[in-house]
Amino acid sequence: MDLTLSPAEQAFEAEVRAFIGEHLPADIREKVRLDRFLDRDDFMRWQQILGRQGWFTGAWPREHGGQAWSAMQTIIFNRVAGEMHCPELQVFGPAMVGPVLYTFGTEAQKAKHLPAIRDSSVWWCQGYSEPGAGSDLASLKTQADDHGDHFVVNGQKIWTSYAHFADWMFCLVRTGREGRKQEGISFLLIDMKTPGVNVQPIRMLDGRHYLNAVFFDDVKVPRENLIGEAGRGWTYAKFLLEHERVENANLRFITQELQKLRRVAGEVRSGGRRLIDDPAFAAEVAGVEVQFKALEIGLLRMLSDMHAGAPAGPGKSSFIKIRGTEIAQRITELLVQAAGPDGQRYQPGPLLGANGDALVGPEHALGPVPSYQFCRAMTIYGGSTEVQKNIMAKHALGL
Amino acid sequence: MDLQYTPEQTQLRESVERFVREAYDFAHRRRLAASELGHDEGCWRQYADFGWLAIPFSEEEGGIGGDATDTGIVMEGVGRGLLLEPYLASVVLGGGMLSALGSAAQKAEWLQPMMGGERKLALAYAEPGSRYEATHCESAARSDGNAYVIDGTKTLVYGGPTADQFVVVARTAGAAGDRDGLSAFVVDAGTAGVALTPYATHDGQRAADLVLDGVRVDAARRLGEEGAAGEALERVIDQGIAALAAEAVGAMAVLVDSTLEYLKTRQQFGRPIGTNQALQHRMVDMYIALDEARSMALYGALMLREGDAAARRKALSATKIEIDRTAKRVGQEAVQMHGAMGVTEELAVGHYFTRLSMIATTFGDSDWHVERYMSA
Repeated sequence: MDLTLSPAEQAFEAEVRAFIGEHLPADIREKVRLDRFLDRDDFMRWQQILGRQGWFTGAWPREHGGQAWSAMQTIIFNRVAGEMHCPELQVFGPAMVGPVLYTFGTEAQKAKHLPAIRDSSVWWCQGYSEPGAGSDLASLKTQADDHGDHFVVNGQKIWTSYAHFADWMFCLVRTGREGRKQEGISFLLIDMKTPGVNVQPIRMLDGRHYLNAVFFDDVKVPRENLIGEAGRGWTYAKFLLEHERVENANLRFITQELQKLRRVAGEVRSGGRRLIDDPAFAAEVAGVEVQFKALEIGLLRMLSDMHAGAPAGPGKSSFIKIRGTEIAQRITELLVQAAGPDGQRYQPGPLLGANGDALVGPEHALGPVPSYQFCRAMTIYGGSTEVQKNIMAKHALGL
Repeated sequence: MDLQYTPEQTQLRESVERFVREAYDFAHRRRLAASELGHDEGCWRQYADFGWLAIPFSEEEGGIGGDATDTGIVMEGVGRGLLLEPYLASVVLGGGMLSALGSAAQKAEWLQPMMGGERKLALAYAEPGSRYEATHCESAARSDGNAYVIDGTKTLVYGGPTADQFVVVARTAGAAGDRDGLSAFVVDAGTAGVALTPYATHDGQRAADLVLDGVRVDAARRLGEEGAAGEALERVIDQGIAALAAEAVGAMAVLVDSTLEYLKTRQQFGRPIGTNQALQHRMVDMYIALDEARSMALYGALMLREGDAAARRKALSATKIEIDRTAKRVGQEAVQMHGAMGVTEELAVGHYFTRLSMIATTFGDSDWHVERYMSA
């Protein structure tokens, strides 16, 4: 057994570090470092830089224009990206709809959509949840009526991340009402500029516009935008979940925030004593760091098993999602504690970068509360912790 | 990166598990725990025959040349069966000190007979005032001609009652807390001036306190350079942490299996209690905790290879912190979900819980390790 990176992996890590150092725009890096909210252009500029290097879709197979990164390379990339203040990558294209497209799409669909995902010229969003279909996603009601060469879509999606930035949506719709509720679901690609698509913002606690409700009113979707067979959308959606394992670990975010926590706890003083020297706080920092270590090693063990040809084991991706989000949330909580009373100031100007408002108070105190508020969603989206535990109880434990 | 067991390790795992299953059932273990000796000498000789006692020692030393991941496989079995033979005490601790510091002649005299199962070793380092600080040693060894005279008190000497030789840590220079100035000596059980108070610990194992009153040992019994045993002592205790972590994983695995089985079979209100979502989710938490413990036990074992002592200490502290957290979760929840049976002497569950609880206060508790982790 051996924990060390291979020479090739070490070289890759050095290459990633050098590339980010040279190409990450300073203004974007500073926004990330200082907890400013990013806008569409910030995300897209960085993703397009990565796209030109082939790294936005590094994990894709070569035949589809990827770099065939191993899961280890994805882990390395995310860790370094976290250390060096890179923005979170929008995974809807590269890690979600992309693999579905190159696995189940037609040649025409692949030719149309894959290049624009690779170079990040198109922003994708995910249309899954509905007001009546959250954890019970298969109860979705958005209706797509088959009109031969096209579908007509009516209904509503909700909690759609960045729908207001998106050019395209991959969407689960109901095309049949017979059999099990999972059986009448189809996977459609919808151009967000189509008449009848209406995006309404949902404001977050911190004032940010991130989530949306998306309404469909007689939206005409060409049949060529149907992925695979009608009625098999649930299968494709489940396939997609399998691709989220490494992303589920939140490595970039946790790496970035732990680094911040160590830095802030070393700066903040209480009556002359650094916060990090307070044994009670130090115990919390150590506690969350070692839990992250256990998650990292758990992920590596899973990859090593898969590499050796053993199945990952039922429930592993749920396990990683549960712990990756709990640990991330715990760090945001400790950052709020570290910022202390300074963290109470709500400063939308600096946060949103909307105007030239000067920052009041220390730099590190701007972001923790918004980040803490925002990250409570982590254990809710993508299958809540409770749903993940149901999945594990059933599939891993046979309960 | 490669986290797969080799074919040889898989074989070792299978043979350890088979031994625990076939030769060490709970009734047998219960009789041993209540016996005068506290373990099974026949089993100890079998461990020698299997080669388990020689695993961590190099071929030059007469051992098998394994590493901490191999020792971990045996220790996981020790945890699965709650084996009472002093493997940790004799092989990892006592043997570890002889391996780290001993000369070829000293290894031939004391280490090789231990590997062969003819002798047992124990490490006497902790003291009434040291708690978890191994370097806080007040016992003194005074040079006297071609000999040393040792005075002091040692506590919680694991495997002490049945040890043939003690590796005694005593100060030849400096003050309590200094890493420099510690020396290690091989002292035979029964040497004049050694008073031993044997006892059982709550988990059924055996330990002893030692009072050394003017104990005279030949200078040839000093291991390594005078005053230079501190580093080795800390490293051996880190090896002990990795071994304990593996033992805890074995014990937790049994608790997870038996609790899951109980949830599926125990009927209340006309259905298995495992149909309750409150219990299902807690069972999932136990399962996750076990997997995390397994990760950290492996991590600890692999990080013993780390040449940078500060990085090694930090990693082993991380291991102990996580093992203690997960062991408490799994142990307490297993007892709770077994209902009142979980706190009875009759059911194995409570004994696993007790052993895990004793591990928490062995070689540093979480608070102590947090401090060491943060200072690295």
